Amino acid sequence: MTLTVERPLSSEPARERRFGLVRHSLALGRRSLIKTLRTPEQLLDVTLQPIIFVVLFVYLLGGAISGSTHDYLQFLLPALMVQTVIFGGMATGVNLNADIGKGVFDRFRSLPIGRSAPLVGSVLGDLIRYLVGITSLLGFGYAIGFRAQTGPLPLLAACLLAVFFAFCLSWVYVLAGVLMRNPGGVQGLAFLTLFPLTFGTSVMAPEETLPGWLRAWVDINPVSHVIDASRGLMLGGPVAGPVTWTLLWGAGFLVVFAPLAVRAYRRRI
Amino acid sequence: MTLAFETEGLVKRFGKTTALAGIDLAARRGTVLGVLGPNGAGKTTAVRVLATLLRPDGGRAAVGGLDVVRHAARVRRLIGLTGQYASVDEDLTGMENLVLIGQLLDLRRAEAGTRARRLLADFGLAEAAGRPARTYSGGMRRRLDLAASLVGRPQVVFLDEPTTGLDPAKRDDVWSIVRSLAGDGVTVLLTTQYLEEADALADDISVIDHGRVIAHGTPAELKHLVGGQTILVRPTDPARLPEVTAIVGEVSGRTPESPGRGVVTVPVEGDAAFTEVVRRLDREGIGVTELSLRLPSLDEVFFTLTGRHTGEEAAA
Repeated sequence: MTLTVERPLSSEPARERRFGLVRHSLALGRRSLIKTLRTPEQLLDVTLQPIIFVVLFVYLLGGAISGSTHDYLQFLLPALMVQTVIFGGMATGVNLNADIGKGVFDRFRSLPIGRSAPLVGSVLGDLIRYLVGITSLLGFGYAIGFRAQTGPLPLLAACLLAVFFAFCLSWVYVLAGVLMRNPGGVQGLAFLTLFPLTFGTSVMAPEETLPGWLRAWVDINPVSHVIDASRGLMLGGPVAGPVTWTLLWGAGFLVVFAPLAVRAYRRRI
Repeated sequence: MTLAFETEGLVKRFGKTTALAGIDLAARRGTVLGVLGPNGAGKTTAVRVLATLLRPDGGRAAVGGLDVVRHAARVRRLIGLTGQYASVDEDLTGMENLVLIGQLLDLRRAEAGTRARRLLADFGLAEAAGRPARTYSGGMRRRLDLAASLVGRPQVVFLDEPTTGLDPAKRDDVWSIVRSLAGDGVTVLLTTQYLEEADALADDISVIDHGRVIAHGTPAELKHLVGGQTILVRPTDPARLPEVTAIVGEVSGRTPESPGRGVVTVPVEGDAAFTEVVRRLDREGIGVTELSLRLPSLDEVFFTLTGRHTGEEAAA
């Protein structure tokens, strides 16, 4: 084998100069996507978990809560859709934490790219998880009788709204992923916060049936707005308020936690 | 004289540990600087500061005249880095790894592809280009890592122990890559634990220990400092060791040592002594199972420079 390194200094290749952060983030997002698709078992949580939840809750609790499994399925599915994408966003933090300790991140740090690009790339690449989760949940839901009452466009809007919120919230777990020492820790923190956030809503039972103290929590819990918006968009009902609150809360999480995560990443050695 | 990179009084502490205690390194453009030292001497820390991965606590470091802290982004355009462990993505193919680096270096997609294919061919990885890097052997991974650090045509390349853990044939591949880089005018910082490697590749060598430079010079100067080369003889018949000791003692004019059972060593200047030893052994009809002329090991260099062996703590 002969090893000769070709280096014609005169023919400097054409370089792109504009929109560096966007291009770098997309290239790194593509990397995350390739990695996920090459290890599809990473998608088990977003494919099987929502189906198990539907089966468990609809057939186990549906009769008791709504008197009929079909009514309960209609009530539950829009909320489970929100829960599914939020769980997907949490996994971004865990994956990033496992990824960041590897040598390849040293290389990213030695390249002339924005410090936020590797984080944005990870978050973008994980959008596939939301897509798979929603497809799996809605597919199964439709198979056992769920029907959106509004139309395809509001249904799509409900999905996009949930994805937007989960994307924004995932920066909280990205921050944890950058700060914490191992993926197990990030996972622990994620579960600890996600159970009150997603179950502490009207996801399973109408708010009127809850005791006062829990209702107070549900009222201040931002995920409640996302679930209300999702139900409104899929089943009909008030939409403007919940959608506005969802957008505001999402933007809030993004504006606060994305810069914190980038700062923490810059300081991590 | 233009320096490709330099450090002055560089200090880096991790908690109570001082990794760099005021280190001065410099390399002229187009030369190879060998940084020689045992594990924990501060080699990797120095490389990481120069590569903008760590902020120094004191002193300064510059690449291409640009301060690595104030102008980190511009420094990153000039450098390529290969770490001690291969910093490639295991799940991506060789091709995908290099195209990704090309895109992050702002090459257009087609250019990134062309550059990646060319590097893969140059580094003997063309056939493995479509396989995930995790299926590569250690040597292939190291070559891919080297290729990744060259995608941007860097002016300065940092190679942190690039041959550690490679067998001799793979090591020779890396050596020829380093030589061809230097031949093309790239400045290389090479850290190593082997004097032999520094001798084979470097124009200048800085020996570092406990975060300080304890010796600096050309390989010839350094070898002169530590007594040139060493002849080692192991006679087939251990009973003839005294005769062998007498011969090597006479030829070298120094007192031979016996570092192990049935072996004798003596420092010599130049290869002529070796030929003479061989001639005399042959004339006396002394058979040998081992006969070598070698450079002093890092341990011997250290012993000469510091009076202690590598891994030994200095007497307080």
